[in-house]
Amino acid sequence: MLLGRTANGLYWMNRYIERAENMARLVDAGLRMALTRTQNASEEWNSVLLSAGSDAAFTQKYSDYTAANVADYLLRDTSNPSSTMSSIETARNNARMVRTALTRETWESINEAWMSLKRMLAKPIDERDLPSVLDAIKRETALIRGSFYGTMLRNEIFDFSQLGTYVERADNTARILDVKYYVLLPSISWVGSTLDNYQWESILRSVSAHRSYRWVYDADYKPSNIADYLILNVRMPRSLTFCYRFLTEHLKFLGDDYGERHACHATAAKTQAMLTAGSIKDIFDAGLHEFLANFIRDNTRLGDEIAQDYRFY
Amino acid sequence: MASQGSMRLAAFDEMLPEVSGLRKPYSAYDRWLKEQDPARLTEKMQDAERVFRKTGITFAVYGEQEASERLIPFDIVPRIISGNEWRRLTQGIEQRVQALNAFLDDIYHRQEILRAGRVPKELIAKNEAFLPEMIGVRPPAGVYTHIIGVDIVRISENEFYVLEDNARTPSGVSYMLENRETMMQLFPELFQQIKVRPVENYPQLLRQSLAAVRPQSTKGAPTIAVLTPGSFNSAYFEHAFLADQMGVQLVEGQDLRVVDGHVAMRTTEGYKQIDVLYRRVDDSFLDPLTFRPDSALGVPGIMDVYRAGNITIANAPGTGIADDKAIYSYMPEIVEFYTGRKAMLGNIPTWRCSEPDSLKYVLEHIDELVIKEVHGSGGYGMLVGPAATKKECEEFSKKLAAKPSNYIAQPTLALSTCPILTDKGLAPRHVDLRPYVLVSDRIQIVPGGLTRVALKEGSLVVNSSQGGGTKDTWVLDD
Repeated sequence: MLLGRTANGLYWMNRYIERAENMARLVDAGLRMALTRTQNASEEWNSVLLSAGSDAAFTQKYSDYTAANVADYLLRDTSNPSSTMSSIETARNNARMVRTALTRETWESINEAWMSLKRMLAKPIDERDLPSVLDAIKRETALIRGSFYGTMLRNEIFDFSQLGTYVERADNTARILDVKYYVLLPSISWVGSTLDNYQWESILRSVSAHRSYRWVYDADYKPSNIADYLILNVRMPRSLTFCYRFLTEHLKFLGDDYGERHACHATAAKTQAMLTAGSIKDIFDAGLHEFLANFIRDNTRLGDEIAQDYRFY
Repeated sequence: MASQGSMRLAAFDEMLPEVSGLRKPYSAYDRWLKEQDPARLTEKMQDAERVFRKTGITFAVYGEQEASERLIPFDIVPRIISGNEWRRLTQGIEQRVQALNAFLDDIYHRQEILRAGRVPKELIAKNEAFLPEMIGVRPPAGVYTHIIGVDIVRISENEFYVLEDNARTPSGVSYMLENRETMMQLFPELFQQIKVRPVENYPQLLRQSLAAVRPQSTKGAPTIAVLTPGSFNSAYFEHAFLADQMGVQLVEGQDLRVVDGHVAMRTTEGYKQIDVLYRRVDDSFLDPLTFRPDSALGVPGIMDVYRAGNITIANAPGTGIADDKAIYSYMPEIVEFYTGRKAMLGNIPTWRCSEPDSLKYVLEHIDELVIKEVHGSGGYGMLVGPAATKKECEEFSKKLAAKPSNYIAQPTLALSTCPILTDKGLAPRHVDLRPYVLVSDRIQIVPGGLTRVALKEGSLVVNSSQGGGTKDTWVLDD
């Protein structure tokens, strides 16, 4: 038996752990672009903020898209509810609330991540330290994930946690693609230019897939392959299909456990069916942007339905 | 405040009293201690700190920023009580706890003790802790206060006094359990050499005790839950710890609602009935329909369910009337009235400042007395006369004269001491003791309890908010 409030806490704890890490990944990709393409740096930082869903709030506070401003806003600004620092703080508050549902190892890894990031992000980050700060953020979240997978019982507590992780991750990957979808469209005239190569690499880098891409596809970046990788590849841990494979699996566990299926089961199954039936050509033909916009909308709805069906509030 | 409590008093040392030398309960420990390399002990002290900080991370995550500051210091020298001493103590405690429950039942029903003139009527009627809503309500199994912490001080070989009763929601039991856990990790060999009675089954006893007082209408095994004000409460760790150790749900007011005449919690599969609620929320927040309407911590309508006999609330609402400091001074009469025997455990002599003669005496002897607020707790708002400056005494006298009924006074007692390990070896420090008592169809007292120790030399204030620490408390199996 699990309290609705506890399920809610587990769900959001994991969404925020995932988000804390995704922010670091986005800044990492932006930093790379800015280092290699000094001319369009501010445009790059702009799309990083768009992917993070934080552009409007950022421009109210800053006038320049500089590495220092964006990194500060996305990593340590506590007035930004999605910054790494805010996210890890929210994750920890949720973890405290669901303390009795977590193993000691899991709780301690979250608490230690919070303490160490709080120390690290207490002062503005020196640009020379940025790479090591980004590494440290990814390391802390990896430690949380490791303790979680290594020690938690595979029951409803695990299922609700995983739902949070994959709803957040699917949303993140879809947003990254949607911000850059135009560089993936085959109709653009300057296909294959160096600029595109950088753009493509940046997309892959923001989901930490720039190396693994080459193991799966040709060494060359091809827009249709990149889109295929991030949307349809079932083995790539940040692809939309991968996320939905696990979302439907954990929802099925819950449905079997409780002997009841809800609206969220139907919504997840529908998205899952669309992802497994489709080819990347179909998606391009129907319009990549429309596809992603629909996906983001349905994914958000899935989150709302999970909250309602399992009495989070 | 802690520094105000500092003074020199000839105190009884529980390990090494000046007159008679090493006391027997400590002899095995002393033998072991003499074999230890002092450097190793210092190391162990640091280990304890580390063990505690590690659990302490989970311990002290209270609302504040850097958690570690809120760690309550722990001393590695155990406080040892012999089996005989303990038996005597528990008899006194049992008698007192019976009287507390009988008093509560009487106060909310026939009020015979008031009619007999043994306790003044106005003390009850005007008391905020008295809940008129409880008049005529008989809780399941007839138990009002289920979990009680009785604070006890010792001043000589055979003199124990009750300092105060905690009949509402006594806290600190998680420290008792963590202290033992830490000691067993640090000194496993000691526990093989010396037979110490276990405390670690407390959560299990608590669960059984709560199950035994379930409402009569409960079918099958009762569903038990711990009600916490939430994760920002300073005792949240203890609430989570106890729920976890008992294997029951930790709920907040927002999880609960009244469904079909029962209190139910919102789970992922719908609302599930609760039969016994161990609440760590104050009376006034319990039911916004009956008490404070602005409370978001309670359950609207829970009092109706309670009056209908469909839920057990532990401790019952309104038990505060039994541990009020103004009532405290009547405890000897109360114990005798309900048990027909003189109280085995004495009270500290207390002057009620509401009585003109007492007030006069207290004002004349303010520099010798400890003066406490009737409703205060945690060592705040009190004056320790012998340690206070003349100016402080004068200022306090004014407060006292302005609202005498708000205060009681007691002699400054030389609390017993127990050694702690300092940089310079063992040194005596003042201690008190809070044993935990469980009441259901029987009374159970876990052998031991929480020993609080004033870490500052000479200080008499043991409260953790004022520089107090804790010790593991051993009751010998002899």
